Amino acid sequence: MTGLRKYLLGAAMATLFTAGGALAEGDTIKVGVLHSLTGTMAISETTLKDTVLMLIEEQNKKGGVLGKQLEAVVVDPASDWPLFAEKARELITVNDVDVIFGCWTSVSRKSVLPVIEELNGLLFYPVQYEGEESSKNVFYTGAAPNQQAIPAVDYFLEELGVEKFALLGTDYVYPRTTNNILEAYLKGKSIAAEDIFVNYTPFGHSDWSKIVADVKALGADGKKVGVISTINGDANIGFYKELAAAGISAEDIPVVAFSVGEEELSGLDTTNLVGHLAAWNYFQSAESPANEEFITAWKAKMGEERVTNDPMEATYIGFNMWVNAVTAAGTTDTDPVADAMIGQEFPNLTGTTATMLPNHHLTKPVLIGEIKADGQFDIISQTEPVAGDAWTDYLPESAVLESDWKDLNCGMYNTETKTCVQLKSNY
Amino acid sequence: MRRLFLALAAGMILALPALPVAAQQAPAPTQTTTPTAPISRPTSGLAAVLAENAAAIAKPSRQTIGPVIAAIGAAGPGAPEFLEAWADRRVGQRADGRFVLLAPAPEGYALSDPATGQALGTAPKSEITELKPNSGVRGLIASALVEFQLNDPDPAKRRAALDALARNGGPEHIAPLRAAIETEPDAAIRAAKERLEGLLTIRHGSDPARRIAAIEGFGSDLGLDLRGALNPLLATTRRAFAGAPEGNIAAELTPGRGDFDAEAAYALLVAQDMAPARLTRAALRAALEAHIVEGKVGGIPVAELDDPARRDAAYAALETAGLVPPAATDDEVAAAVVAHRYADLYAEPDAAVTDAARAALHGIETTVGAMQVADLALDALSLGSIYFLAAIGLAITFGVMRVINMAHGEFITMGAYTGYVVQTWISDYTISILVALPLAFAVTFGAGVAMERLVIRHLYKRPLETLLATFGISIALQQIFKNVFGTQARPLTSPGWLDGALMLNDVVSISYIRIAIFVLALIFLGIFLWIMTRTRLGLEVRAVTQNPSMAASMGINPDRINMLTFGLGSGIAGIAGVAIGLFAKVTSELGSDHIVQSFMTVVVGGVGNIWGTLAGATLIGSLQKGIEWLNPSNTLAAQTYMILFIIFFIQFRPRGIIALKGRAAGD
Amino acid sequence: MKPGFLAKNPSVLSFLLVLAIFTLAVTLMSEAYGAGLVSTSMVKTLGKTLTLCLIAIAMDLIWGYTGILSLGHFAFFGLGGYMVGMWLMYARTREIVVSSAAGALPMTPQELQDAIATQIFGVVGTSELPAVWAFAGSLPAQLALVVLVPGVLAFVFGWFAFKSRVTGVYLSILTQAMTLALSLYLFQNDSGLRGNNGLSGLQNIPGLDGVGQDALSVWFLWASALALGLGYLLAHFVVSGKFGSVIRGIRDDEARVRFLGYSVENYKLFVFTLTAIIAAIAGALYYPQAGIINPAEIAPIASIYLAVWVAIGGRGRLYGAVIGAAFVSLVSTWFTGGRAPDLPLGFYTIKWVDWWSVLLGLSFVLVTLFAPKGIAGIADWLQGLRPPRRGGAPLGPGDGSLQEKEALE
Repeated sequence: MTGLRKYLLGAAMATLFTAGGALAEGDTIKVGVLHSLTGTMAISETTLKDTVLMLIEEQNKKGGVLGKQLEAVVVDPASDWPLFAEKARELITVNDVDVIFGCWTSVSRKSVLPVIEELNGLLFYPVQYEGEESSKNVFYTGAAPNQQAIPAVDYFLEELGVEKFALLGTDYVYPRTTNNILEAYLKGKSIAAEDIFVNYTPFGHSDWSKIVADVKALGADGKKVGVISTINGDANIGFYKELAAAGISAEDIPVVAFSVGEEELSGLDTTNLVGHLAAWNYFQSAESPANEEFITAWKAKMGEERVTNDPMEATYIGFNMWVNAVTAAGTTDTDPVADAMIGQEFPNLTGTTATMLPNHHLTKPVLIGEIKADGQFDIISQTEPVAGDAWTDYLPESAVLESDWKDLNCGMYNTETKTCVQLKSNY
Repeated sequence: MRRLFLALAAGMILALPALPVAAQQAPAPTQTTTPTAPISRPTSGLAAVLAENAAAIAKPSRQTIGPVIAAIGAAGPGAPEFLEAWADRRVGQRADGRFVLLAPAPEGYALSDPATGQALGTAPKSEITELKPNSGVRGLIASALVEFQLNDPDPAKRRAALDALARNGGPEHIAPLRAAIETEPDAAIRAAKERLEGLLTIRHGSDPARRIAAIEGFGSDLGLDLRGALNPLLATTRRAFAGAPEGNIAAELTPGRGDFDAEAAYALLVAQDMAPARLTRAALRAALEAHIVEGKVGGIPVAELDDPARRDAAYAALETAGLVPPAATDDEVAAAVVAHRYADLYAEPDAAVTDAARAALHGIETTVGAMQVADLALDALSLGSIYFLAAIGLAITFGVMRVINMAHGEFITMGAYTGYVVQTWISDYTISILVALPLAFAVTFGAGVAMERLVIRHLYKRPLETLLATFGISIALQQIFKNVFGTQARPLTSPGWLDGALMLNDVVSISYIRIAIFVLALIFLGIFLWIMTRTRLGLEVRAVTQNPSMAASMGINPDRINMLTFGLGSGIAGIAGVAIGLFAKVTSELGSDHIVQSFMTVVVGGVGNIWGTLAGATLIGSLQKGIEWLNPSNTLAAQTYMILFIIFFIQFRPRGIIALKGRAAGD
Repeated sequence: MKPGFLAKNPSVLSFLLVLAIFTLAVTLMSEAYGAGLVSTSMVKTLGKTLTLCLIAIAMDLIWGYTGILSLGHFAFFGLGGYMVGMWLMYARTREIVVSSAAGALPMTPQELQDAIATQIFGVVGTSELPAVWAFAGSLPAQLALVVLVPGVLAFVFGWFAFKSRVTGVYLSILTQAMTLALSLYLFQNDSGLRGNNGLSGLQNIPGLDGVGQDALSVWFLWASALALGLGYLLAHFVVSGKFGSVIRGIRDDEARVRFLGYSVENYKLFVFTLTAIIAAIAGALYYPQAGIINPAEIAPIASIYLAVWVAIGGRGRLYGAVIGAAFVSLVSTWFTGGRAPDLPLGFYTIKWVDWWSVLLGLSFVLVTLFAPKGIAGIADWLQGLRPPRRGGAPLGPGDGSLQEKEALE
């Protein structure tokens, strides 16, 4: 009896799910938004959802794309990685979206990747990441390691004269890969292995006293110590509080962070952190008319106290490039749009121009900012735009690899053996 | 007069090493005319130096700016002020390329001339490019300023000069520093100067006897700066020698002893070009691929080459045919290793200095070791007190009442958010914390009482279902926090007097906020004990716990007691939330991060006994710090092994460290 | 003639029947084998839901029938997924490595393994395959490990815990610690199972490149339905006989059963290990449909949700667990999918994405307080509404004190 009820229920649910698909006709272009709105990643990802919605709204005011209005389809993968794959499949097959903006963590991207490749979808991934990947169906608008980590280390070596490095990271793939690349790079710069201290902490770690003491003790052999932090999210708050309490000033032990932006700093009092560094491709304090306009629009939509950050700029560039590529291709089909994407140019928010390269990465300037007392960054160094490199040149096994979706049509091409190692990603 | 002279002399000394470069870019101060300079421009002094180096000053880099800073330092009047302003980011460049000192003004900036100090009117911010020297450049500026500041009347500036010297002191600073000690009026600064003089002598001194005296003068001082001065003297490089080792030898090495094995010895030989490299697998493969003849390599069919032994055979065949260079065989490697001698050499050539440094460091290391243990113990105690604070509320609701409250973590969060809200009302941090603590107690007390009345009261007979119901409340509350406060972390700032750390020496230190948490934990332990053993409420609570019906027949109202007890436990959780928020972060997940650990603390300690909870927290805290110390590069592993330990512990002592005996233990 | 097992337990038959009809209906509506009314992603969701129902049955056995509230069964579920995921990743990568092999020489086994390891681990970790991957090349071995690893872990854990007489909430917390330790261990990169990223791309089955996901999803639905059916049969068999009476006795009063001479520990250990194995099999079927497994899957909260499903469905009856798991997970999917219409209240618009968790949480509370029997309690209520089914047998004067049900037995 009750089993029957279960069947009826299942059938009812099935109808509800498919009904969504049946309604999906109409004269709009659908844009999927795949960012977690609940769970641990909501803290970062909701901002990007709002950014995409704001961009869509503005584009629609300008008349949409190809004469059609854009329609956002927002789903919530709830920081649950398998759910990312499920929702991506739903977006493409049930909701018929033409493009997806989404994902934050590497694991969510790896989860979505096979689905996107199988269904030949289009994903714009707006967060700095560890590289070592290039998919035909993904455009990486965040920084690759050579657009963030390597220039920051160069800055440490050349401008600050750091001789001893503490690589602190949260234990997941981005810090692990970045630190491996940095270790290889530093050894190439004749920094001895014993002068590189590596530590991994769990997500949301809050007890930093021992690690900060360890870092401080590194100074015992008279070399200047610098910290490269790939600590993720909330854990930074405890880390910086402990750093401030231990009285470590930026002059003694500078800290450069790759995952700390305006958004993270809004969660703590920065007066004790003035002078510590962050490396990004964008800071809210960048001076350009486009940036001013963007900040004004954002504050008008979300409230005066909200800040802008680097992944938002990456979303902004990716979205506008997609709009231009669709206009150029005259269709929203994946293959023509993906072809039209390569070579797209769009002014970024820091006053230079971003170009989409054949390896699906962007050219980006590298900015290094010092934390100010008001939680903003003082930009003290800005390079010319650097071309993003999917496969790092500093590790022997990936130095021989190249990605080129224009001429070679391969995301993992071995330049030594002249073969395409993978056509589809191995996730 | 004497001061000015000194400063000038020091400036010259500083400029000397850089002169060859500086001469190309800037006129040396002694020159009076520069033929290339435009007539309208000043030809000497600060203004000229600035004009000559405009591009370098506007975009300075640490590696190239040295000579420019030296030239500015030697440029005469206005130079120190300009350098200070430059480091403080009070210098701007006008559209016409001229550098001006900036001061905030209603219109934007009030400008003044760096050389003359003459006011140049005001300008809006958009017309001025502010100079932003990075901290490396600021460090150089600070060391250039040392010469001017060592004898400055303002003690703060003298301290700043000493800080700069401690960071970037060089051999050229020793003489001015020594000269500045005698005239120093302030005893503390004088001591700092003397210490710094000793350190600089150890590092850069030219007279070995004076250096050894300086080393011995420090004794077994624990300062990080002393070790920082001594250790570089003892830095070694490892070398292989065909004959007897030469140089200031730290130790001679024998392959196969310690971690210096034959492989490492051979690698050293290869690195010094004293032996041919061994054949790697990849090189072997490449060599074989290069010599495929008619599907065979050295007579061996390609298809068979998926076997490493056959590959070696093929290479050997190629070797005999003379097609590939001979690779070092194992025998040759062994022979080469034996034929050489190996030693670690000090970079410092003077053996007497290294001996003194080694002796001094040896004495220091022992003390440092002991101090590190003490520091670790402090950390462990601090972590234990945080666990204890998070668990003490649970020790009441779970330990005494046996109610599993999964929403306990959310009560902690609620307390932390209360602290945040209070801080948005009251801007003075001290007062806001004083308000927040009782308010957090009140809020969570209320929430606890409400929960007890509405939910838990109906489930006393079904303890496992309490777990489910409270879990439901937990996820609902967590989401409500997110909806109300957003997903971003919220700032909860401790008052200024809790900033910083108590530093006993350079090894042992603990932040004041942690001390405060420790004290708070002790206070709550006291309050708990007082309530339970000295008050009527405590008596009634114990009575109700042991036998509710008997307690009821003695005139105690068990419902009321349960409600109050539960409220008390929840209220303490709220206060713990304020404390935890102060030292970590305030997000909706703050509580759930602590809930599992808290339950384990209570269970490991022994349910129903506050001393057990204390013991459990201390045990878990010290254990975690101990494992972290054993494996400093992986904190996650420390947590894993800590929990594994807890599992084993509970398996063998299911009732915890302090187990209740007799009837009270029954459940 | 003695009546058969199914004849004695008509509910099993109806459950299997409904399951078969459901599977058939989904197949006929699927994109691969039918009208295309149910999308592939929906088929995957339904397939995954069936495996969740299976682990819910395991949970019901251990909690609803034996009274042990295990908060760690998702650890076994995840382990099963990891075991099957290792083979999937290894075999798929081997295909890629072999097909893209460069150079003139055939690969040595060592080279092949190193190339696979490099692809699986990328630049994180060494190019040497960790020891835990020793059997990853063989499907039968990994399938055996699906059962063995969680089984042995459960046996050892249970052995110590039950012999030490850890009971009640202590045991719950202990199992929770176990799943937390396992998930933290797997989180570490050094554990050799790709740390936080876990094993991904599991939906692509090696050797089945020609088969589309639309067909594969239906195959997995069948496999999940079969496993659920068999699991239900097994569970029902376990709880229906004398063994079932003993474990229910343990649930209701452990001490009494012990005094009656039963070895309570062995009964518990058996049920604990058995349910761990059922959970592992469910996991091995779940993750190829989900596509990725990583340590977050076995975080303590997952196991608590499992308990909640069973509680909402109705403890102590197997179909209750199935209903609970299916109902809660499907409703969750619907609400978080962003398709539930917003609820305007005038002063405030309730967006379900934001408020769904609150509703879910409060409904746990309400179910625990007011409907301890869960959704399945509705069945009892319905039964109470119907007039007694005499079946021709009169309740004579001697039977007057009996209830209808008792009189029939």
